Amino acid sequence: MASRTVAKDIITLRGSAAIVSEFFGYAANSILYNRGVYPEEGFVKVKKYGLPLLLTQDEGVKTFIANLNAQLSEWLEGGKLQRVVLVIMSKATNEVLERWNFSIETDGEVVEKGVSREKSDKEIMREIQAIMRQIASSITYLPCLDEPCVFDVLAYTDKDVAVPFTWIESDPKLIANPQMVKLHSFDTKIHKVDTLVSYKNDEWDEQ
Amino acid sequence: MDAGSMNSSSSLKAQSRCPLQQQFLPRMNSKENLDRFIPNRSAMDMDYAHFMLTEGRKGKENPTANSPSREAYRKQLADTLNMNRTRILAFKNKPPAPVELIPEGQSLHHQAKSAKPRRHIPQSSERTLDAPDLVDDFYLNLLDWGSSNVLAIALGGTVYLWDAADGSTSELVTVDDEDGPVTSVNWAPDGRHIAIGLNNSHVQLWDSASNKQLRTLKGGHRSRVGSMAWNNHILTTGGMDGKIINNDVRIRSHIVETYRGHTQEVCGLKWSASGQQLASGGNDNLIHIWDRSTATSNSATQWLHRLEDHTSAVKALAWCPFQGNLLASGGGGGDKCIKFWNTHTGACLNSIDTGSQVCALLWNKNERELLSSHGFTQNQLTVWKYPSMVKMAELTGHTSRVLYMAQSPDGCTVATAAGDETLRFWNVFGVPEVAAKAAPKANPEPFSHLNRLR
Repeated sequence: MASRTVAKDIITLRGSAAIVSEFFGYAANSILYNRGVYPEEGFVKVKKYGLPLLLTQDEGVKTFIANLNAQLSEWLEGGKLQRVVLVIMSKATNEVLERWNFSIETDGEVVEKGVSREKSDKEIMREIQAIMRQIASSITYLPCLDEPCVFDVLAYTDKDVAVPFTWIESDPKLIANPQMVKLHSFDTKIHKVDTLVSYKNDEWDEQ
Repeated sequence: MDAGSMNSSSSLKAQSRCPLQQQFLPRMNSKENLDRFIPNRSAMDMDYAHFMLTEGRKGKENPTANSPSREAYRKQLADTLNMNRTRILAFKNKPPAPVELIPEGQSLHHQAKSAKPRRHIPQSSERTLDAPDLVDDFYLNLLDWGSSNVLAIALGGTVYLWDAADGSTSELVTVDDEDGPVTSVNWAPDGRHIAIGLNNSHVQLWDSASNKQLRTLKGGHRSRVGSMAWNNHILTTGGMDGKIINNDVRIRSHIVETYRGHTQEVCGLKWSASGQQLASGGNDNLIHIWDRSTATSNSATQWLHRLEDHTSAVKALAWCPFQGNLLASGGGGGDKCIKFWNTHTGACLNSIDTGSQVCALLWNKNERELLSSHGFTQNQLTVWKYPSMVKMAELTGHTSRVLYMAQSPDGCTVATAAGDETLRFWNVFGVPEVAAKAAPKANPEPFSHLNRLR
């Protein structure tokens, strides 16, 4: 009995990378839906992490996120990924309005020696669920995005990573003097992901 | 591991450095040694000089500097600034930009964000029209402004059309006394067809261009139809029987779905801009959010959310034009609150006690503002800034509760009808967009330039 539970809760580098990159996919979809970057009728409801989540049906966005996930998995398995940032910008001015920052800490020993760690799937799912809930509730405090917006994803990798053919180096697209809200984090015992959203100060409140 | 390698290099360094420390001036001897370990000679010299001046006595710190100190400093600086350690990458191919579906998105787009002078809101109504026999009933919806800029108002058993372009009035229809009075009017999105709900539970569809009745929808409700909302070819009707019915006006058996959730009269009914969600408010103090997609697949009676926070009838409902899943709702005389809802999660985001019955709510299409109309004691209109909910203006003039509100197609003018049997027009949401005039101005410029060249 005891040995069975232990066997079940083993998590490998590959498994952890899969969990983390899948999380990014759902988190990105959820942000795009909740922040209204794409029209809400372009999303369908699915059940994931014990929550109803919305996934885009837009082929272009789907492909973008799928390609992103494939590349992120590769980097995660190599322990090369430090951070992923989803940036929401004004379509008209390209001004950065919101940055969804996912910092990743990788357990170096796992990458180097190929050992595995122990943590139950259930526990990880629960932690991810908490983040998803926070993303959905974020519209209560984030400023309204009252203009058409576009998004982009930045990956912060180690310097020794070869830049893939389809990627280019980018500036960090920072927001000057942002407001920041830290959300929950989750930990696969191999990758620890901290979530933080920073956004442009809403000048409306100061008038 | 790191510590290990550092020790070995430091011991090597100690061998090469020790002589230097002792023989500062005649250092030609040791130069060979140094070159073997530190290829950058000029930098080494500086390092050495620096070492001799400052760090000479601190033996322990010295050996770790196996690269020139300048390099180390630069590296440390870069590390803290996250420059050297990290490479920031983005896809060459960007995700597709969203297509704009909501027409008001365009006007927002044009709006200059920086220059926002304080807008003057006129305190009195721009125009007042007499509205005799207007039924003073909270639960009805007797005023609507169509997309073709024609205002429809029901006075007793008659529906009048007032053309806002030229101010002309025409009578569309007077229903028989036993069928009337008219209990609701609602323009179809095309601005040509209009639905008229009656006290006898029927709904008539009229073509305003030809002044002809197209059909009568009956058999759905058992009592008066006080609220209606269009969603393309679907006309949703809410009855005193608590039923909400989706009627497909194109087909013979028009009843396609029935939503059962209210136990009393349905008085507020609004589709979201996307047409995905329907908000309904009733005399049972409830708001229901119905999802169009789940309604067709599952049993039609299941609501997405049931919002029970209001303590009085809910007639005032308004979907936010700039945030698709944000709904504002207002409660009746016993409640007096405006509440905001995330209809995705069903969470109540905010609640404001207005101190008076909330009869109707309208969002400003161009600014983040909300207009509410009230009853006893002031019978006022209030302009709220969203989301701070600071009162921007209170407009008085009506002498009885302001039952119905309708917004002009350009979003600037608001018509109100009250129990005092007047219809008033308020220029509350500003003057029509200046940007619309600026755009065509820019176009002729290059042509005139060409003409001059020739």
